[in-house]
Amino acid sequence: MRALAARLLENRLAAGGLAVMAVVGAVALAAPLLPLADPNATAPAARLLPPFTPGAWLGTDALGRDLLARLVWGTRVSLAVGLAAALLAALVGSAIGLAAGFLGGRTETILMRVIDVLMAFPYLLLALAVVAALGPGLLNALYAVVVANIPFFARTVRGAAAALRGRDFVEAARLSGMGETRILLTEVLPNVMPVIVITASTTVGWMILETAGLSFLGLGSQPPQADLGAMLGEGRKVLITAPAVAAVPGLVVFLIVMSLNLIGDGLRDALDPRLRGGTPGRPGAATRVAPGLAPAAPAEGLAVRDLTVAFARPEGAADAVRGVSLAVAPGECLGLVGESGSGKSVTAHAVTRLVASPPGLIRGGTIAFRDDDLLALPPEGLRRLRGRRIAYVFQDPLTTLHPLMRVGDQVAEAIRVHRVLPARAARTRTRDLFAAVMLPEPETIGLAYPHELSGGQRQRVAIAMALANDPDLIVADEPTTALDVTVQAEILDLLDRLRRERHLAILFISHDVGVVRRICDRVAVMQGGRIVEEGETRALLAAPRHPVTRGLIAAMPVLGRRRSAEPRPVPEARP
Amino acid sequence: MGAYLLGRLAGLVPVLIGLSLIVFLIMALIPGDPALAILGPYATPDSLARVRAELGLDRSLPVQYAAWLGHVLAGDLGRSHSLNRPVLDEVGERFAATLVLAGAALVLAALIGLLVGIVAAVRQGGTADRLATLAVLVGISMPSFWLGLLLILLVSVRWRLLPVSGMYAITGGEDLSDLLAHLVLPAVTLAVVAAGVIARLTRSAMLEVLRQDFVRTARAKGVPERRIIVAHALKAALVTVIPVIGIQAGFVLGGAVYVETVFQWPGIGRMLVNAIATRDVLLVQGGVLVVATAYVLFNLAADLLQRLLDPRIGA
Repeated sequence: MRALAARLLENRLAAGGLAVMAVVGAVALAAPLLPLADPNATAPAARLLPPFTPGAWLGTDALGRDLLARLVWGTRVSLAVGLAAALLAALVGSAIGLAAGFLGGRTETILMRVIDVLMAFPYLLLALAVVAALGPGLLNALYAVVVANIPFFARTVRGAAAALRGRDFVEAARLSGMGETRILLTEVLPNVMPVIVITASTTVGWMILETAGLSFLGLGSQPPQADLGAMLGEGRKVLITAPAVAAVPGLVVFLIVMSLNLIGDGLRDALDPRLRGGTPGRPGAATRVAPGLAPAAPAEGLAVRDLTVAFARPEGAADAVRGVSLAVAPGECLGLVGESGSGKSVTAHAVTRLVASPPGLIRGGTIAFRDDDLLALPPEGLRRLRGRRIAYVFQDPLTTLHPLMRVGDQVAEAIRVHRVLPARAARTRTRDLFAAVMLPEPETIGLAYPHELSGGQRQRVAIAMALANDPDLIVADEPTTALDVTVQAEILDLLDRLRRERHLAILFISHDVGVVRRICDRVAVMQGGRIVEEGETRALLAAPRHPVTRGLIAAMPVLGRRRSAEPRPVPEARP
Repeated sequence: MGAYLLGRLAGLVPVLIGLSLIVFLIMALIPGDPALAILGPYATPDSLARVRAELGLDRSLPVQYAAWLGHVLAGDLGRSHSLNRPVLDEVGERFAATLVLAGAALVLAALIGLLVGIVAAVRQGGTADRLATLAVLVGISMPSFWLGLLLILLVSVRWRLLPVSGMYAITGGEDLSDLLAHLVLPAVTLAVVAAGVIARLTRSAMLEVLRQDFVRTARAKGVPERRIIVAHALKAALVTVIPVIGIQAGFVLGGAVYVETVFQWPGIGRMLVNAIATRDVLLVQGGVLVVATAYVLFNLAADLLQRLLDPRIGA
């Protein structure tokens, strides 16, 4: 509880809201003690005095009543009614929600149907209908606002309670012989309480606003008693001659509602653990590069030198890639293998600066692709290079393809962002690409959405997309990991064939040495952000020097052989 | 889609029945005698009994409901005693005026909300984001009945830029430019809260989407940043934003009650407030029923739109 209060006060906006509410609440509570005029004493001689008149600091209304006194007393009424409405709605709504969520079954169905029907009404309309039935009056307006808000509480609390229904501690309480009512009150209610508090704190502002609104319409508090809404309604009649009469009570309503919203937001943030720790900033278009890095020398293909990539974390920056150097010649396939967390994917993404930033930062090194210094390219230069000269195939095509775009459009887009091409020509080209990656029915499959395709088909789409502009280099980040073994083999064959036909260079990232062996000329092994061993594939796998390499080889399933627990030397490579 | 639509329409039936039941019950349980309200305090016992029989008040509640529902389905909402005309005619005219106002407000709120939300998300943490957050906070805390009065004071009275109230000028023809001039202030007033809610949600939905893998794919294939935001991220974010716009339609329809009162807009909200004051039960019943039904249908439309955008739903 103390921690909660501390978090709430840390939030400057919420603290501001609390401060305003404390002042408003204190004044409202102390109204009878304050040296105020009688709020209902009319004085026809002193009608519509302007603000700052001595003796009536806010002026007087159309009947000569002191506005300051009326404001303080009106605030008192508005606050009392709004808080009472919030408490009542929370009580009744939570009771319905708890019963529905905890009991389940038919009770839940019936209760929630009724709630659904109530929610089918526009919010304020339901309140109006209730007032219509009960008649105008402050208490009736309060009931109306309560009825209109009950569904919100019932719904959220039901959800929270239903999630607890089958939980272990509830079952344990039941086994220990507790009655259902006691379980509900001692086990379920305390766990649902934060949800109730959040809902109440985020709706209390609303409720004050709505009761004031009903009074403004003449359906709430009746003369001579006036809450802030009724004062506004009276002020409206003299709006042009004495604007302050309406403006001031409205301002107080606005301040109260805003403060309560700030407190509600603060409470929600403090109580909801998912929102703690702050969200990182939005990733930009390219990974940030530390200033002052040396320029890259032109290379034959891709050349990465001493690349260091850091991630800024709340507990301090940590290097994920530490001084990696690698080169991929035109037409060559380099495999980058390592356990998860070894930095291989970060290396792959850093090539065209796709590492999310923040938190990513390229702290050191150079990346050259032919004549281009990739760490020095402006954003537009980088964009032109991505997908045209260096293309990517990612791991899980279900999350890496846009879920709401037809796959044909996604491939056509990859073409059309790099050259001016009529839609028709782009479609033809897409169809040819689909045929090249051996997708069935290349004419029509482009109309499908990603979720309508199989995993293998999706990865073929991703490969077609990568091939769209005849790139020189494809970076394939675990392209077969999410696929079945047989589909894996097909995709590998496809990549291998394409690379020979099109003289493609491939940087192939995988944790699976078996996969890399099938397709790559050379292999580099990563651990802890560093390359620990590198060489020609067959030679390196035949005689691994580093324990990581031996471990990766041992993890590879070999046909017709039992997995052993001990790392063992790799068998003779088959021709 | 056809089968889905039929299913959804069938699912509306119990909701609409429940809705009509609530509307009927609220009005049936009103304390006091509607016949007395119609005839006034000097009515004779005979005429009271006759009006009660006319209204069906001498029968049991279920019979009354069935008879009432039969009439409603036949398009007969009864006759307003305070206006002395059929409820359906009055409600139809008034609701058309409300639809103009609420429709304009909702479009305005959606445009402003989406724009502010997108800019805030793209400039997360920057000055624009902070300003947007502040504007959202002010917007969602704004009592519309107060804002409306302030706008009248400033724009209409002090600067004399726009008409103070009503839907058309009393003199002159009912042309479009006149309507638009009268529409601006009430539509803006009504849009403010909804715009704030939509902006807040759009911002968080965009931030969520911009972190997803398919955005990285779009960058990897060289899609320009502007297109990533509009064509890729916004498209995915809209799936979460559209249902909220649907819900906001309900708040806008409700909030119209205040705004119509402030600006003397001849809509259904003002009609309801007057009907409540004159205890015109049938008029209240008819008005509430029509607005609630329209809201249910609007939410169905929002659902369908969401489904069109997201082919995964129900696939």
